[in-house]
Amino acid sequence: MSCLFNLRAVNVQYGSGKSQLQALANCNLQINTGEKLALIGSNGSGKSTLLRTLHGLLAPSSGKLEADANARQAMLFQRPYMLRASVLHNVAFGLWLRGTPWRQAKVEAMDALTRVGLQEVAARNAKALSSGQQQRVALARAWACKPQVLLLDEPTASLDPSAKREVECLMAEFAGVGMTLIFSSHNLGQVKRLASRVVYLEHGVLVADLPTHDFFNGPLPAAAEHFLKGELG
Amino acid sequence: MNTFSDSISTAFSLIGSIDPMLGSIVLRSLAVSALACLLACSAGLVFGAWLGVARFRGRGVVLALLNTALALPSVVVGLMVYLLLSRSGPLGFLGWLFSFKAMVLAQAVLVLPVVMALVRQTIEDADKSHGEQFQSMGAGQFLRSLILLWDERYSLLTVLIAAFGRAISEVGAVMIVGGNIDGFSRVMTTSIALETSKGDLPLALALGVVLLAVVLLLNVLIALVKRWREMLDDAAPTRSIQGAPL
Repeated sequence: MSCLFNLRAVNVQYGSGKSQLQALANCNLQINTGEKLALIGSNGSGKSTLLRTLHGLLAPSSGKLEADANARQAMLFQRPYMLRASVLHNVAFGLWLRGTPWRQAKVEAMDALTRVGLQEVAARNAKALSSGQQQRVALARAWACKPQVLLLDEPTASLDPSAKREVECLMAEFAGVGMTLIFSSHNLGQVKRLASRVVYLEHGVLVADLPTHDFFNGPLPAAAEHFLKGELG
Repeated sequence: MNTFSDSISTAFSLIGSIDPMLGSIVLRSLAVSALACLLACSAGLVFGAWLGVARFRGRGVVLALLNTALALPSVVVGLMVYLLLSRSGPLGFLGWLFSFKAMVLAQAVLVLPVVMALVRQTIEDADKSHGEQFQSMGAGQFLRSLILLWDERYSLLTVLIAAFGRAISEVGAVMIVGGNIDGFSRVMTTSIALETSKGDLPLALALGVVLLAVVLLLNVLIALVKRWREMLDDAAPTRSIQGAPL
């Protein structure tokens, strides 16, 4: 397993002066290929900030982030945005932005839609789809780019149980073909099912970093223990 | 009161009989304002969108200047364009003063800040909401601004109404640079001012009614387009495929 990301004493701050907010504090983390890493913690703990930093949407205020420049990345957001265009064009557009010629992009987009089971709605307006279907379109858009690393920010947070299951199944499929998954979630059941490693964050501080089995069964730092009891209780 | 009601009935008979003079003034007005809007929108949409996405030193100053330009009096714009186009001005060699082109230029200058400011605000809001997702797919600042511009096209139709309304209803700039020459550079607003001063109220009223009718028609058309698009976008989602309930 080769190293994909190596964070050393990474800090991320929002704002300046009195309104400054420390979103990530002295974060040390190494992520290797093929891992299925879950980021958990309460709201405002820094999960999304960490994902955005790994994806390059945010630059660390200090510290060092080393990322494998050759590893293709894609990110899935909690509420994926759909363009006012057909489902097929929404997926093809992601490919076109990465340099694929439009005609070829449409062919590859159709393959991706078939993969997530949405080929029948390819011609429909993407905005008219349900949120579960939109999340699957977003997964197709990400998958079409054949990323080695897929970052997902609470991908099932606003979905009903069956849509959640479908998205989870696709995530598991993607992980099955060797894709590295890094996802944030409030759903501990989902974390147990999908993750091989769990990172617990609190107020921007990385409190625990353990294999999934150890996280749920072993001794934990007090803050993580408290969070787990609250979530499971 | 009689004069007023007589004026109104004469105005409507002028409109009804498609008076040639009235027709030529209306057509000229529409042509000047439409071309001015086209010019202003070509530049204003792109620059406004870019300004909504770009972050650079001095952006705050640029935005303050842009917002100030929204309140630019049309006579001041007319004066500036007059100075530019006058024989001794930097663009005097064009020979545009007191012409159709001068009026188009003046109205375009007047409308440009309106288009830019409104587009900038719309695109900035859209970028804050979901610009990051396009950035994640590899879109740089300029490409992102174009994507958002395209995606917000129906919201931006309102900008067109505002721009056209500002252009067609102004009187100061076209009066200064066009000269209000009969059959050549006379438009609806300058005619209304002139005919009122001459006491020919029916023609002035007829032009006023046409002016309002044009703007109303444009508003109705754009509202219909927006409604049609919203109906398409908000169409009920289909049942999920392959039997999975969503």
